[in-house]
Amino acid sequence: MALDYDGALDSKEFMATVWNAFLKLYGEYGASRTGLTLIDYDAEKRFAIIRTVHTAVEMARTALASISKIGNKPAAVHVLVVSGTLKALYKKIQG
Amino acid sequence: MKRNYADLHLCPNSKNFEQVSLMIKKASGLGYRLIAATSQLNYIGEIERLKESCRETGVDFASRLDLKPRTPNELKHNLRKLRRKFEIVAVICESKNVARQAAKDRRVDLLNFPSLDFRRRFFDAAEAELASKALASLEIDMKPLLTLEGPLRIRLLSNLRREVDIAQEFCIPIVISSGISNEYLMRKPVDLAALTSLFDLDMVSAVDAVSKNPIAIVKRNREKLSPQFVAPGIRVVRKGKDC
Repeated sequence: MALDYDGALDSKEFMATVWNAFLKLYGEYGASRTGLTLIDYDAEKRFAIIRTVHTAVEMARTALASISKIGNKPAAVHVLVVSGTLKALYKKIQG
Repeated sequence: MKRNYADLHLCPNSKNFEQVSLMIKKASGLGYRLIAATSQLNYIGEIERLKESCRETGVDFASRLDLKPRTPNELKHNLRKLRRKFEIVAVICESKNVARQAAKDRRVDLLNFPSLDFRRRFFDAAEAELASKALASLEIDMKPLLTLEGPLRIRLLSNLRREVDIAQEFCIPIVISSGISNEYLMRKPVDLAALTSLFDLDMVSAVDAVSKNPIAIVKRNREKLSPQFVAPGIRVVRKGKDC
């Protein structure tokens, strides 16, 4: 995912924003079914990899697209690549 | 075959041309191949400027007019005056009479219902029946979904769910647009399509709503506006004495 945001943001704040988006749209029950985990986060390149169960990919896409603010600043999260394995994901990113 | 994506409703501040070019560049980067922006009154110069900027970034630009009439007669008058100057005409329906007139008028391309109040959203079965006999599509702006929170967003989602159901029942094409004026609210077409799952639009229809449906509107209107067009199904192929 690419992060579009002016300012510094650590991985904890980023994941809190993602969880918050899930909670707002799908509630605690829905969020509990996503298996959301942060795999990689690069604050400088504004790039992150998160894992979710395959049945929740569309939910994740929707929740990430719904992020329009982090704190009081405007922000956007764009999904770049979706893949079944990390190996294939890194291959896709590099290719 | 690779799909082409379109966003027919960008609302940049035309006085801030830097922002406009930034939005066009971003649209290109996000994968849009066709965009349309709401025009202000000084439209001719503005449209040319936008077209030029789009050409540089490899994005196709369609001119769009948003009409916000108070009465059906005002709508008819504006359509008569302006229809042939724009590739897309959208009507912002803020009263029932205007909504009904817009739905049955074949010069209207997009019906837009911006109100958050359930009683002021006039896309019901009667409206859909009129629109199904004409050419109008239902336009859904995603900006409120991104900016609203809590009860307002819940109410909006419930309204959109009902309207999408009606539109599909009457085979009215749905167009998903962004309706944004800020580049931070721009989303990839697939992400916009994913957001529609919140009001139960299936993924195939959602992807069509950001690609096939808007592109079909622009294609149809460009054909109509071309000098070769005579009437639906009739166009000038060749001119000369031997014809």
